[in-house]
Amino acid sequence: MGKSALSIGGRTFTSRLFLGTGKFASGDALREAVVASGSQLVTVAFKRVEREGRVDPILDRIAGLDVQLLPNTSGVRTAREAVFVAQMGREALGTNWLKLEIHPDPKWLLPDPIETLAAAEQLVKLGFVVLPYVHADPVLCKRLEEVGCAAVMPLGAPIGSNLGLRTREFLQIICDQARVPVVVDAGIGAPSHAAEALEIGADAVLVNTAIAASPAASKMARAFALAVEAGRLAYEAELAPATRAAHATSPLTAFLDEAE
Amino acid sequence: MTARPGARDVSGFEAVRAAWRWDEVTRRIEATRPADVDRAIARSGRRSPDDFLALVSPAAAAFLEPMAVEAAAQTRRRFGHAMQLYAPIYLSNECNNVCTYCGFSREIPIARTTLDGEAIEIEADALAALGFDHVLVVTGEAPERVDVPYLARAIDRLRPRFSQIGVEVQPLDEDGYAALLDHGLSSVTVYQETYHRETYREHHPKGPKASFDYRLGTPERASRAGVSRIGLGCLLGLEAFRTDAAFVALHLDWLERACWRSRYSISFPRLRPHAGERPPKVEVSDRDLLQLVLAFRIFDPEVELVLSTRESPRFRDHVCTLGITTMSAGSRTNPGGYSGGQRASLEQFSIHDERTPAQVAAMLDRRGLQPVFKDWDAAYDRDAARIAST
Repeated sequence: MGKSALSIGGRTFTSRLFLGTGKFASGDALREAVVASGSQLVTVAFKRVEREGRVDPILDRIAGLDVQLLPNTSGVRTAREAVFVAQMGREALGTNWLKLEIHPDPKWLLPDPIETLAAAEQLVKLGFVVLPYVHADPVLCKRLEEVGCAAVMPLGAPIGSNLGLRTREFLQIICDQARVPVVVDAGIGAPSHAAEALEIGADAVLVNTAIAASPAASKMARAFALAVEAGRLAYEAELAPATRAAHATSPLTAFLDEAE
Repeated sequence: MTARPGARDVSGFEAVRAAWRWDEVTRRIEATRPADVDRAIARSGRRSPDDFLALVSPAAAAFLEPMAVEAAAQTRRRFGHAMQLYAPIYLSNECNNVCTYCGFSREIPIARTTLDGEAIEIEADALAALGFDHVLVVTGEAPERVDVPYLARAIDRLRPRFSQIGVEVQPLDEDGYAALLDHGLSSVTVYQETYHRETYREHHPKGPKASFDYRLGTPERASRAGVSRIGLGCLLGLEAFRTDAAFVALHLDWLERACWRSRYSISFPRLRPHAGERPPKVEVSDRDLLQLVLAFRIFDPEVELVLSTRESPRFRDHVCTLGITTMSAGSRTNPGGYSGGQRASLEQFSIHDERTPAQVAAMLDRRGLQPVFKDWDAAYDRDAARIAST
């Protein structure tokens, strides 16, 4: 079985590792990490993007790389703000892709499910390719799928926590029943976490802090790339189940052999 | 309702059905090795459609005991020891369809009748007196007599007596289901009969049922309208049953993702003697039928599995603990059968387990199961259509 590609919003990705661009020590470190990761999709915070002709330190450093930009709405607190910012971002960055994140809570940056669903519905109608960042809530993910989101991005743990897949049971349900790609976002702190996400059926992971905050960011980016590939291969090859002992007797089905 | 298939009536599942080519599915089932079966049984977490192919394969017939152990454990974990009991209530045997296997087929010369008005209440009273609270309304397909307004009137008559009222009638359009939901409809059962398009055509040559595609889209339409419980199945004996069961599983799997607000049940109607006599193309033995029950349970721990009185008491007594969640009991399959008595010449198919509901309940009790006559309340059905439209 060959390695299968991932398709989101009509675009095909051979790498299942998506990268966040915040927190890097320098523009060069960012560029090196993107190259080393093999990633084909990177997020940028719209609030960080320079406008009105000034050179943007983030976009400038990754210019020329073959990556899909995914502007995010980080900083908005309501659906109204998200729709407004998204439209500005589309104009400024020339892409209709959007990572929708709405967190009214500035401490934990936890996503607001009600505002997110409302905004997603409007943004899809406005022609955006919407990838919403949400709790690992299977029903919410189905509702977002129904309003036309291109993928869902449930969290593994609080953003920046590096705690791994603390929501694993719910991520598993989301992966089992999703009809759009599932990108595990937030909380992935180690390559083993990323591999685990792919093993349980996630289509991709989005990593930022674990790479950006590493003293050797490009080396860590490469480690994540390998882990993501390993996890995906393991998923496609199907993990071997634990074996069970054979049953010598047939108490439950013996009736089939008995005379009436 | 005699709506012709329009764009919205073409099943979203059709693309999946066509992509899993019948011959290829059959070949893969036949090619299953024992190791594939072992893996499908032992897998932790959800089984894939490929696992289902392994579980219904001839190779898996040698694994019935470990499959039964796993299926029984899954069932107890999800459903505890409850066994839902229901009864069909046949309101009409009038039918415009020609179905080669059915006792109601248009060309069969039997007396035709449709209960209406007080006759429904008399029948309902007889059924309620047996202790039933969940009923399944069954009719043929004669839309000039049995249409949505008729069904709505029937549900109105039944509603004061029963908590859960399902229908097993002709496929309706979305508005039809929405209208019945307003009257208190709880569930819809519609068997595709076979997922093999050509075989379907051969067995349904005349009448509205001849449209394979309209029937295939029925569960989706019901779910969109807000029906919360939907029954699926294929008629065992029409076609290669392992392959047909695999397509039921694929349909189930697709529906659970695409129409996720509804819950699903699978029935296992095995062809039984009837007035339209013609021997089944495929023999499905007790062993085969048990394998199907176990395969569906292992494939889908949440799906309800239904076993009717078509099956023998002995078979039902053994299989009820191994995956089944819902049984009919004391069934009469002719209109007026509970109040006026079973008349073999009028029945859709002959029943095999002729025990009374009380006798079946006592049997379940002896087997450590809890017979449940009421597990629903009419109050839950009030907002169904509204919820679906949000």
